Amino acid sequence: MERLRKYGFVAGFLAVPLTLYTVFVISPYAQAFQLSLTSWNGYSSIVRYVGLDNFGRLFGDEVFWRALRNHGILLLALPLTTIVIALFLAFLLNLGGGTRGAGMRGVWGSGFYRVVFFFPQVLAVAVVGVLFQAVYRPDEDGVINGVLARFGVAPVGWLTEPDLALWSIIAVMVWQAVGFYVVLFSAGMAAIPKDYFEAAALDGANRVRLFFSITLPLLRDTVQVGWIYLGIAAFDGFALIQVLAGEKGEPDGATTILPITIYNTAFSYQKVGYASAMGVALFFLTVTFAVLTLRTTRRERVEL
Amino acid sequence: MAPRTTAPRRMDRPRPGVLSGLSHVALAVWALLIIVPLLWTFLASFKNNTEIFGDPLQLPGALRLDSWGRAWDKAHIGQYMLNTVIVVFFGTAGTMLFGSMAAYVLARYRFVGSRLVYYYFVAGLAFPVFLALGPLFFVVRQFGLLNSHVGLVLVYIAYSLPFTVFFLAAFFRTLPAAVAEAALIDGASHTRTFFQIMVPMARPGLVSITIFNVLGQWNQYLLPLVLLAGAPDKWVLTQGIARISTMAGYEADWPGLFAALSITILPVMVVYIIFQRQIQSGLGSGALK
Repeated sequence: MERLRKYGFVAGFLAVPLTLYTVFVISPYAQAFQLSLTSWNGYSSIVRYVGLDNFGRLFGDEVFWRALRNHGILLLALPLTTIVIALFLAFLLNLGGGTRGAGMRGVWGSGFYRVVFFFPQVLAVAVVGVLFQAVYRPDEDGVINGVLARFGVAPVGWLTEPDLALWSIIAVMVWQAVGFYVVLFSAGMAAIPKDYFEAAALDGANRVRLFFSITLPLLRDTVQVGWIYLGIAAFDGFALIQVLAGEKGEPDGATTILPITIYNTAFSYQKVGYASAMGVALFFLTVTFAVLTLRTTRRERVEL
Repeated sequence: MAPRTTAPRRMDRPRPGVLSGLSHVALAVWALLIIVPLLWTFLASFKNNTEIFGDPLQLPGALRLDSWGRAWDKAHIGQYMLNTVIVVFFGTAGTMLFGSMAAYVLARYRFVGSRLVYYYFVAGLAFPVFLALGPLFFVVRQFGLLNSHVGLVLVYIAYSLPFTVFFLAAFFRTLPAAVAEAALIDGASHTRTFFQIMVPMARPGLVSITIFNVLGQWNQYLLPLVLLAGAPDKWVLTQGIARISTMAGYEADWPGLFAALSITILPVMVVYIIFQRQIQSGLGSGALK
């Protein structure tokens, strides 16, 4: 009887979440894999299976390759820049305040800096996108170009120069992301026992040495988590690029990334089957990225 | 006693060295990079078009509040904000209710297939939303929930479940079992034990993940873009802002656009400043899975 009561309870608690999750998450994913093998256009009642043709077409699709190339740049530049800046700022916040006796302390006002740095993280990406449209305006009314004009520099087309546009967008992503990783790394640094720094400082290590010999090796796991998170965030760059650079990834596809291409292929060009194939490719890329990151950054752990 | 306590305290003060000064410069530069664009937006909402297209470093000539009114009524920011609050409220409430129920059962009860169900949920973390986007549209349409808040709320709940279940299951496992067992022996039902004993005990974890979900759903752009495309009166803030930004180009109402941005940013900023400690630890614990 008690057993029955337990199973009834378990089933009752799992029923709704499982149903919702299966219907709205798992079934679309399963359908995406299935649709990637068809040439379905989204409305016709006939679904024609074309085998792996979609994937074959991907290889010859110039837009796909350009999106993939931009994705690669994003995947390297975003985590690298963000982590370097965040580590630097976190180190300054936690240990930049000079030595007190042999102990290390944070700079004055580190609480304030932390609050400010983190704030962009809570802003919606769409809001940030609209905000930076004004910052990046190509004429001299833009915030950056207006300041540059003071120094006699001609206006720069931050979002209109094909060579510059992607980097301008990456800069916005870095701007938004850094604060989060400052907080993350600060928490990691706070967990490092103070004795380590004190001992090294007594032995005459300077701050640069402290950072590279103590902080960085002991933060390895946290940095690795950060890298994977940023890599996944790079795949989510859709909203920002859509707002900032327009649906087609202006100028002339220079900022197209895979999600943008998928969205347009499915909803503007009605090629649902082909878009699903791109989605499946994106999925395997994400998994490959995560596995590769874990593999290459895995080393023997430093135990605290 | 008095001099003895003050003397070491003075020693405790950091000696302002060169490095400390340089640290401050670097930190202040980054702080300015964040504050200036936000402040500029806020000030631009009081400017008129000539001032906005004039010197970007100039302060507004007068405190013009009409753009805020225009943004609220004509650009429907008020409507968008209300929609967002409704969707996020029910989305997060549903996520927390169903997520904690599933997580609790998976963490604390042994039954056939419990590991399987757990991994079934967690697998959702590995898939990019983009992969599901096309089919999701058709699934929601089949249920007749396209262009409705109910549909969006259900989809939000479904997509928030993997992480919520993952996080909360780990949290429930860390709680002591003795209290729940005592309650069961005293004759409380499983359901009652969950709501009256386990949920209060799990409060810190629940708060973290609630903040995580509120922020995630408040900022969601992609799902409403696809699922509410046909009903502009039901749009959420992120969609609305993107649309106002496009419209501002046609109607040349730039102060209105910046007022709309300010209206969107201000409540978030107030909530952030009040809860910044919990938000930082909530999001941080999210990343340290």
